[in-house]
Amino acid sequence: MPVDVYLNVAVGGLLTGLVYGLMALGLSVIFGVVRVVNFAHGEMMSIAMYLAVLLFSGLHLDPLVMLVPIAAIMFAFGYALQAGLINPFINRPEHSQFLLLVALAIIIVNTLLIIFGPDARSVQTAYAFDSFQWGALIVDATKLYAGAAAIVFALLLFSFFRFTSVGKAIRACADNYTGALVVGLEVKRLYALTFGIGAACVGAAGVMMTLIVDVTPMIGPAYTLLAFVIVITGGLGSMAGALLGGLLIGETEALAGLLFTPSAKRMFAFAILVLVLLFRPQGIVGKRST
Amino acid sequence: MPRSISLNRRRFFAVAAAGATSLAGPAIVRAQTGNSGPLKVGVLLPRSGFEAGIGQDCQRGVDVAPAIIKSLGLPELAIMNGDTESNVDVARERAEKLINDGAQLLIGAFDSGQTTAIAQVAEQKGVPLVINIGAAPEITEQGYQFVFRNFPTAPMLLSSAFSNQLELFDIIGNAPKTVVYMHVNDTFGTAMTKGIGALMPKFNMPYKIVDEIAYDPAARDLSVEVAKAKAANADALLVVSRLNDAMLLTRELVKQRWTPQAIMSMGPGWYEDQYLKTLGKLSDGPISFDPFQDPNKRLTKMLEAELAKAYPGINLSTNHVYTFEALLVAADAYKRASSTDPKALADAIRTTNITDNVSIGPGIQFNAKGQNDKLKEGTIQNRGGKLVTLAPKNAAIAKPEWPMTPYQNRV
Repeated sequence: MPVDVYLNVAVGGLLTGLVYGLMALGLSVIFGVVRVVNFAHGEMMSIAMYLAVLLFSGLHLDPLVMLVPIAAIMFAFGYALQAGLINPFINRPEHSQFLLLVALAIIIVNTLLIIFGPDARSVQTAYAFDSFQWGALIVDATKLYAGAAAIVFALLLFSFFRFTSVGKAIRACADNYTGALVVGLEVKRLYALTFGIGAACVGAAGVMMTLIVDVTPMIGPAYTLLAFVIVITGGLGSMAGALLGGLLIGETEALAGLLFTPSAKRMFAFAILVLVLLFRPQGIVGKRST
Repeated sequence: MPRSISLNRRRFFAVAAAGATSLAGPAIVRAQTGNSGPLKVGVLLPRSGFEAGIGQDCQRGVDVAPAIIKSLGLPELAIMNGDTESNVDVARERAEKLINDGAQLLIGAFDSGQTTAIAQVAEQKGVPLVINIGAAPEITEQGYQFVFRNFPTAPMLLSSAFSNQLELFDIIGNAPKTVVYMHVNDTFGTAMTKGIGALMPKFNMPYKIVDEIAYDPAARDLSVEVAKAKAANADALLVVSRLNDAMLLTRELVKQRWTPQAIMSMGPGWYEDQYLKTLGKLSDGPISFDPFQDPNKRLTKMLEAELAKAYPGINLSTNHVYTFEALLVAADAYKRASSTDPKALADAIRTTNITDNVSIGPGIQFNAKGQNDKLKEGTIQNRGGKLVTLAPKNAAIAKPEWPMTPYQNRV
């Protein structure tokens, strides 16, 4: 097989992996700070995808233009969810949190099913069929835009946590919950803020994903599972790990499809997960718990 | 406490008795219906899920049927709808529910996997099933007494497709030397793939398959599959697909800037109205070798007129034709049986002999296995948002466009 085929597929996998990484970043941020595993993560992404489809079909607004507004809406949704529903469960047993978030996931799927029906919906932008060619390399325009937007969004997020006082306060909560309370940080508000940021991440990823795949109400659970595979591979709670995990899984799926049977490409993503759990259970860049 | 237990037991028996009565209800209703009212026909289709586009297109065949059936002097049918949600397990459950709700005959279900599940239920409950579309050969190889199929099996589809391809190559004076074969990995795709392996050598086809790529029919991204196909550097693309994946494949062909000499489809997807409407100019070119309508038959013109009245702008296609014909078989059998008794209906279907029909071939008759083995296929090509017949010769209305116009030149 010509080398350029591997190159094209690898670039496609890399760009899809960036969007996967942004989606998983939200899950990792929430777990890293709030210590709640968001079992409704993919379902929250499907809300953002439907928002993008609605705004495109109703008002002809390009998903890339709506990236920030939809991320803001998802931030508000995440903030309200944490402040109103999840905060009372913070100190409850993990199985209670699990049941709460699984229930939330089921409610989201079925609400979308009631409102939009079960059929696939897509966004057909003017550039939906475009691609760029540089020599033998052909890059899908939608994937390129989505990947670039994912990089920008992830950089903004890293900067927020590193350079802003609120970001530093959130990291302090993650490092030492009691210490954060002692120094007078409003931990519950910061938790809500963190959940909102996680929801904004998955919202942005969802908007970009509408450029690549069609959306159905049942799409959520598959992406929740994928997000888990990515964050566990990269390292649960690690932002860099989530991005790295996304890239790794995106590449694995793409190259496995090319080198082996395309219909079994998801199997290889799970194989990576199994290998990581066997040989490095804390994830590729995760820290071993002491 | 003992008092409470006794009360619960009484209540339990009361509830059980009520439940048994309600479960027996549909059977009683069936027995009482007799031959005076309309025949209750449960129509199972994938109206939602990843096959929704085709399921809803089949539904159009159901919607236009009553007027034609009435004009033919056949008895009325009461349609009971069931959505399989493109899922085998749901198909089985819906079939059971329709029978429990009083359906006296079932029709469905487009997808071979779902149809196999429904056939098991129909046979177990003793209710006739007339398959509208579904090609897996096993369905009519089980010795079922209540299952009938007016649609070609995978080997029939392939034999006819290979013959028609040879006829087409003869017309154009050219033939691809190599093809890459892409197919869905569901029951239909697997049956077709097995058939290709067995039948292709017998037809001495001028091309060889240089690569075979199987994929999930519910896949959301087929970029890797198309990249792999493109890398095979074959003259043409041979496909067995569904609708959503046919559109995904086309999008990827455009994005990856590969226009093969021809796309030769031996399944649904590429001739569907949704495919034509969604992709516009990019939908032109694919050639489908499938069971279609005979444009010269009287009933075809009637069906076409009814469809145009109910759904302006929709092209008559396989989905409408075979779903309508399944209802035609049901109405014809009901008229001859003069009864809603399932066995009488099944016996009447077994002796069906409809020559005034829509599909290509001598008409609708069933062999001992419940299969119409006299069906013929046509060859059609997408041109300007329409479907034109290229073969058989007596039904052809256009010359083939070969090779396809490159996608990049269609702006």
